[in-house]
Amino acid sequence: MVGISLTVNGVSTTAEVEGRTLLVEFLRDTLGLTGTHVGCDTSQCGACTVHVDGMAIKSCTVFVGELDGAGVVTIEALSERHGGLTPLQKAFQDHHGLQCGYCTPGMIMSLTALIEDNAKPSEAEIRRHLEGNICRCTGYVNIVKAALAATGQLDSAMSASHDTSRWGT
Amino acid sequence: MHPFDLTAPTALDEALEILDDPDAQPLAGGQTLIPTLKARLAAPAHLVSLRRISELRGVEADAGHVTIGAMTPHAVVARQARDVFPALAKLAGTIGDPMVRNRGTIGGSLANNDPSACYPSAVLASNATIVTTARQIAADAFFDGLFTTALDEGELIRKVRFPIPIAANYQKFCHPASRFALTGVFVAKFATGIRVAVTGAGEDGVFRWHAAEEALGAACRPETVEALDLPDEPMMADMHGSREYRAHLARVLTARAVAAIES
Ligand SMILES: Cc1cc2nc3c(=O)[nH]c(=O)nc-3n(C[C@H](O)[C@H](O)[C@H](O)COP(=O)(O)OP(=O)(O)OC[C@H]3O[C@@H](n4cnc5c(N)ncnc54)[C@H](O)[C@@H]3O)c2cc1C
Ligand code: FES
Ligand code: FES
Repeated sequence: MVGISLTVNGVSTTAEVEGRTLLVEFLRDTLGLTGTHVGCDTSQCGACTVHVDGMAIKSCTVFVGELDGAGVVTIEALSERHGGLTPLQKAFQDHHGLQCGYCTPGMIMSLTALIEDNAKPSEAEIRRHLEGNICRCTGYVNIVKAALAATGQLDSAMSASHDTSRWGT
Repeated sequence: MHPFDLTAPTALDEALEILDDPDAQPLAGGQTLIPTLKARLAAPAHLVSLRRISELRGVEADAGHVTIGAMTPHAVVARQARDVFPALAKLAGTIGDPMVRNRGTIGGSLANNDPSACYPSAVLASNATIVTTARQIAADAFFDGLFTTALDEGELIRKVRFPIPIAANYQKFCHPASRFALTGVFVAKFATGIRVAVTGAGEDGVFRWHAAEEALGAACRPETVEALDLPDEPMMADMHGSREYRAHLARVLTARAVAAIES
C-alpha cells in the first residue's frame, strides 16, 4: 500500500492505495466522483480525461499512488467553481455538442485545457487537440462548433464556411 | 493487473538500488507500461516511478547540442526544443494526443523501442548519444530489434544528447486509429553528411536507409530519392499495410522530408 495526500477539486484527501489503483478508480470508487467516465480503459478514448497539476491527462493511465502532493481537477469542479455551467459547457448544451453524453466529461476537460492555453483556437487546432477524445455519436461537428462558440468565434467561422458538411471528420 | 509495490524515490541512487532486483521495473510516463500491465503482459513485483527524480527532467541547449532528460514529457520537448531543434520539437508534438504528450516521456519511448514509435527515428538520424546510468551509447548501437535495446537489466536512460543538425525534417504517415507512425522518416543534414532513419516500417524496428544517405550526400534533392530503388530492408506487413506499401511510403516520405529541408 502507498500513503498519499493530494487535493481533488480543492479538497485535501489522504488515502492508502494499492500500487495498481488507477486515478480513475480512485476518483470514481473511493471519492464517488463518477463524472469522470471510463470508455475504453486502454488509453484510447479520452473519456477519463482530468487535470493533474493543470495538465489534461487520461486518468485510466496514471496510478494514483504516484500523485502524492498533486492537485487534481475533475468535471465536477468546473460548474462549482464557475457558479453554473462554464461558457464551454453552456455552448455544448446550446449547440447540441453531445448525444449520449458518455464522452462529454472528457471532451470538456480536454477542451478546457486547450482554451486555457489558447483563448482563440482555430477550427483546425480544435480538431487536432481532440485527437485523443473519441465520440461515437456526434461526428464531432457540433463539438467543434461548441468550442468555437465558447471562444466567441462561431459567427466568423460559420460565415467562412456555410457548408458544414465540409467539417465531417 | 497483477498487484505490485509502487515506490517513488526522489534520488536516482535510491531508484537504482531498488531496480537491482530483477523483479523491479522503472515506470516513466506509464503510457505504454500501464496498458501492458492491464493486459497482463508484464507482472513486475515492484514498480519504481522515476517521476520525482528532478535530475531526469529538462531540455538544455549548449554549443551545437540539445540534451533532454529521460523523464521529460513529449509536450515539454514540443515547446522547449522549438527554437533549438524545430524538427525534433515537431516530432514530439505529433506523438499520440495532448494527454499522452503530457505524460509520456522520451526515456520511456526509447527504452520501449516500439517499431512504430517516433523518437527512435530522430535519435538515429541525428546520431544522438543515449546517456545511461552506466555509460554512453551511440544511437547506432542502441536499437537492437523489436522492443529491444542495448540497455542492461537495471540500467536507466538518464538523458539523450542530440547534435543539432544544419537542417532536419520528420515526416509521419499516421496510423489513422492509433496515431503511431504507419511509417515515419527523419532526415538530418550535418556538415559531415545526411542521415536518414525510417520507423514504422522495418521488421527489426527503426533503421538507417544507407542507399538514400549516400545518394543524398551527392545531390540533396527530392528527385534523388524518387530515383532510388525501394529500401531493401525486410519490411513489416500487417492488416494496415503490406511490405511494398511501407517501402513505398518510406521513399515518398524521405523525398518529402528532403523537399522540406531544401525549401
Ligand atoms: C493513445 C496513444 C498514442 C500513442 N502514440 C504514439 C505515437 O504516435 N508515437 C510514439 O512514438 N509513441 C506513441 N505512444 C507511446 C507513448 O509515446 C509512450 O509515452 C512511450 O512509448 C512510452 O513512454 P512512457 O514515458 O509512457 O514510458 P512507460 O510506459 O512508463 O515505460 C515504457 C518502458 O520503458 C521502461 N523505461 C521507462 N523509462 C525508462 C528509463 N529512463 N530507462 C530505462 N527504461 C525505462 C519501462 O520500464 C517500460 O518498460 C502512444 C501511446 C498512447 C497511449
Ligand atoms: S477510459 Fe481512459 S482513455 Fe478511454
Ligand atoms: S456523445 Fe455519445 S460518445 Fe460522444
